[in-house]
Amino acid sequence: MKTGIKVENLKKYFPVQKSFLETLLSRKTEYVKAVDGISFEIKPKEIFGLVGESGSGKTTTGKLLIRLIEPTDGKVLFDDVNIFELDGEELRNFRRRMQIVFQDVAASLNPRMSIGESIKHPLEIHRIGENEDERKKMVFEALEKVGLSPPEAFYYKYPHQLSGGQRQRACFARAIVLNPEFIVADEPIAMIDVSLRAQIMDLMIKLKEQNNITFLYITHDLATAKYICNRIAIMYLGKIVEIGERDEIYNNPQHPYTVALLSSVPVPNPKYKPKRIIPKGEIPSPINPPPGCRFHPRCPIATKKCSLEEPKLERINSNHLVACHHPGKTSPLYDSK
Amino acid sequence: MKLVPPPGRIVGGKIIFEGKNLVEFSEDEMRRIRGKKIAMVFQDPMSSLNPLMKIGDHIIELILTHENVGKEEALERTEKLLDELGISRERINDYPHQFSGGMRQRVMIGLALALNPDLVIADEPTTALDVIVEAQILNLMKKLKKNYNLTLILITHNIGIVAEMADKVGVMYAGKLVEFGESLPLFENPQHPYTEALLDAVPNIRLSEQTLKWIPGSPPSLLEPIRGCRFAPRCKYAEKKCFEKEPEFIEIGKGRFVACHLRK
Repeated sequence: MKTGIKVENLKKYFPVQKSFLETLLSRKTEYVKAVDGISFEIKPKEIFGLVGESGSGKTTTGKLLIRLIEPTDGKVLFDDVNIFELDGEELRNFRRRMQIVFQDVAASLNPRMSIGESIKHPLEIHRIGENEDERKKMVFEALEKVGLSPPEAFYYKYPHQLSGGQRQRACFARAIVLNPEFIVADEPIAMIDVSLRAQIMDLMIKLKEQNNITFLYITHDLATAKYICNRIAIMYLGKIVEIGERDEIYNNPQHPYTVALLSSVPVPNPKYKPKRIIPKGEIPSPINPPPGCRFHPRCPIATKKCSLEEPKLERINSNHLVACHHPGKTSPLYDSK
Repeated sequence: MKLVPPPGRIVGGKIIFEGKNLVEFSEDEMRRIRGKKIAMVFQDPMSSLNPLMKIGDHIIELILTHENVGKEEALERTEKLLDELGISRERINDYPHQFSGGMRQRVMIGLALALNPDLVIADEPTTALDVIVEAQILNLMKKLKKNYNLTLILITHNIGIVAEMADKVGVMYAGKLVEFGESLPLFENPQHPYTEALLDAVPNIRLSEQTLKWIPGSPPSLLEPIRGCRFAPRCKYAEKKCFEKEPEFIEIGKGRFVACHLRK
């Protein structure tokens, strides 16, 4: 990857399913605004964290970035090429360069295909490798890279014979066998046993370092994002509220929502006494999001302006952007140490 | 709670609750314990409430079934309970689908508390919730524990929640308790290699640089009998005897128990 990924004003609306009667009574279609105009950049060879609660739109963003779904509006530039304008052979060539790893490892591997066959399948689809032997060699290499060695031992195994951690590593092997430049990792460790999560995270760091792979790491877990990400974006109700370098986000959070999220994470140290800034209620429905700043009904420092005018994502220093009318006001409440 | 579904059954041991062995209790006797003395909060608040029943009726029915009180008193107690839970009284006639995940979990906690039990067992009560809602529920549980003078057994895999909530901690591995003790000494000086490895595997958001470790291998299948210590195949300190003889669970200090050959 040369110039990275640029996301410009990306939107994805899903029409709300209605009953027949409702369709007769009103003509207006309602939309779930899952992603509602977001812009950011992912630099080559970084792990970019996209953090948010359920319903924030982070998974939809991940799917859009590799064009698993079509956008309502906006662009995704992959090395300066808008992936939504590609088709046919061109698109297929791009698909090789971007891959995805999902949360549910049990559902990601075909139970009737051996691990080796599953990993080899993308090579066959893209007609890579001269013959069967060469493809098998590539699969062995991928298995070695993700730490499933000796590869011969895993090639002929079936998913049910592997543990959760091993299955997720097999999914990573399938993602890297095409030598992609970019991988979307959607909550790859959420369903993995606590004792093995660090192994998957270290694998991502290794693939970034040794294979120059750029990652979008989608998660709700700020503690793991801190461990592996170079930069982080915080999403709320289809919008990005804050983006910055890792240390900027964790040591100098500006948006009240970021501050609330950070202060909510339980700390594995019994001596630590949490000082929490907990917003009221829960994330509202994305069908009719609140006007102005979407966080204002729950925000402890919201003013009248917040309910009327939507804040823009603005730069506060070279490594840090925030969308808030009163940035930094809640930061003193948060003790980052 | 003796709620393990068949073919599971209790094949040995005792559960001493207030001096009585629950294992010997009949189903009828257990019914008088459940809810009234020991109550449970489950992980999934979505499937634990009856979708056709109003929120308030869940609690009212529970009180009327177990206690000899009139409808009016049951309603009054339900309203008071809703106040405690941070649920507006106006929502007493709402149905579960009108409640968010966090609000439903509040109702579940209310159901557990409605009969003033002495012990509440909460099984992963916040696992299905987002982090901010999780913090709200943890704060609520802390408050209620104090107000109701409760004993709480919190079942979780989240080490952060253990650190925040627990006075005492028991660490389980493959069906066995491997370590037990006061929370702070257990975190600061874990005695069982599994406890130590588990604490090393968890990221801490408050640390700027951290190196995490993982535990190689995976937990054993419980279908086959296991010889020796159940953790031995994954243990970095394991010696020959660990594979041959199962370690006993012994007291190594006041109130501190551990099952490991190497810590004697």
